[in-house]
Amino acid sequence: MVTGTRADMTALEAELWELAGSVPDPELPQVGLAELGVLRAVHVTGPGRVEVELTPTYTGCPAVETMAADVERVLHARGMPEVAVRTVLAPAWSTDDITAEGRRKLAEAGIAPPRPLRDGAAGGAVPLTLAIRCPHCGSADTALLSRFSSTACKALRRCTSCLEPFDHFKEL
Amino acid sequence: MSTAARPDGPGTMAALALGDDALILAQRLGEWAGHAPELEEEVALANIALDLLGQARTLLTLSGDEDELAFRREERDFRNVQLVEQPNGDFAHTIARQLYFSTYQELLYGQLAGGTEPLSALAAKAVKECAYHRDHAEQWTLRLGDGTEESHRRMQTALDALWRYTGELFRPVEGLDVAWDTLEDTWRASVTGIVTQATLTPPEGPQAAPWAAGAGRQGVHTEPFGRLLAEMQHLHRSHPGASW
Repeated sequence: MVTGTRADMTALEAELWELAGSVPDPELPQVGLAELGVLRAVHVTGPGRVEVELTPTYTGCPAVETMAADVERVLHARGMPEVAVRTVLAPAWSTDDITAEGRRKLAEAGIAPPRPLRDGAAGGAVPLTLAIRCPHCGSADTALLSRFSSTACKALRRCTSCLEPFDHFKEL
Repeated sequence: MSTAARPDGPGTMAALALGDDALILAQRLGEWAGHAPELEEEVALANIALDLLGQARTLLTLSGDEDELAFRREERDFRNVQLVEQPNGDFAHTIARQLYFSTYQELLYGQLAGGTEPLSALAAKAVKECAYHRDHAEQWTLRLGDGTEESHRRMQTALDALWRYTGELFRPVEGLDVAWDTLEDTWRASVTGIVTQATLTPPEGPQAAPWAAGAGRQGVHTEPFGRLLAEMQHLHRSHPGASW
């Protein structure tokens, strides 16, 4: 869906997409909005006018307002005086919308990335029963501590090998 | 009171009813902040409250101005079911309320997700969040029911005490295209299954109090609701138009 939109973009829209997409998630600063899959569309609707569509990860995600403000600021700085950021709900965001690069960066930051929900998500058919690996030592021997962690989108786990606690971006 | 606070039309009234359910339960769960039995649980309840608050904001915005609706309406204008306004009680009461409501909300949103815009978009998104809420409530029901003698006793007491508020969940809401009978059957099978697995006894008896004439969807609320509203609304009403 996102790639379909991107294929129709003009050169300017592609440039603005790159800028907006590189805005970091305020609560996961390692990952950009495009990698997280929350940037849905960039439409230039007139000279100096651009409309951006974002979708929240969770309905109550408090980061959306900050994301919108950051996108506005970045696009203003690029010389777009009129920036309208819209929040869209449908189709609902899924952790499958996080790109392979986004997953790699999450793991690098010590957050176990979500497992794929659909075959072929993030580039390969992987069975649903995949273990959640410790992002620190790589052990597959980990246990759930709490279904909800520092943010609604994460669960808290502990590695039974190296005993370190870690966040897991839970599947949605 | 402004017109924004008195929406009409079946579509907006339905969004208001569901929005009030989410708002009021979020407020109740937020009361656990600083009081939950353990830190992880405090974070979990706050996260569930945040999901519900997000749903409430979307739903109330479909009905009018969200702040006006949340902070300026009187008790009789709220359309939430009485279940969600029940006090937190001990932890078992909170879990029983969560079990009854999250099971209902997930099934309801599941049906609405296949329906018409704009409710379908919110429902399709929120149903995935509700699945985690239900799982959380089910895991705790199992632990408390199949735990110690004391936790078993408290969980049973809570399930029995809140049962009388469950009948209202399945009364048709105007403007919602839902198979209510199917919803109730599925809900009952799901709740009974978990309760039985937790070595507890599924409650019997009436699912409505004898005095519950119409109940929350008609604006008739229980006694603790007024105090909840007072706490939720007093700051906004004391400082009208204030902002950060």
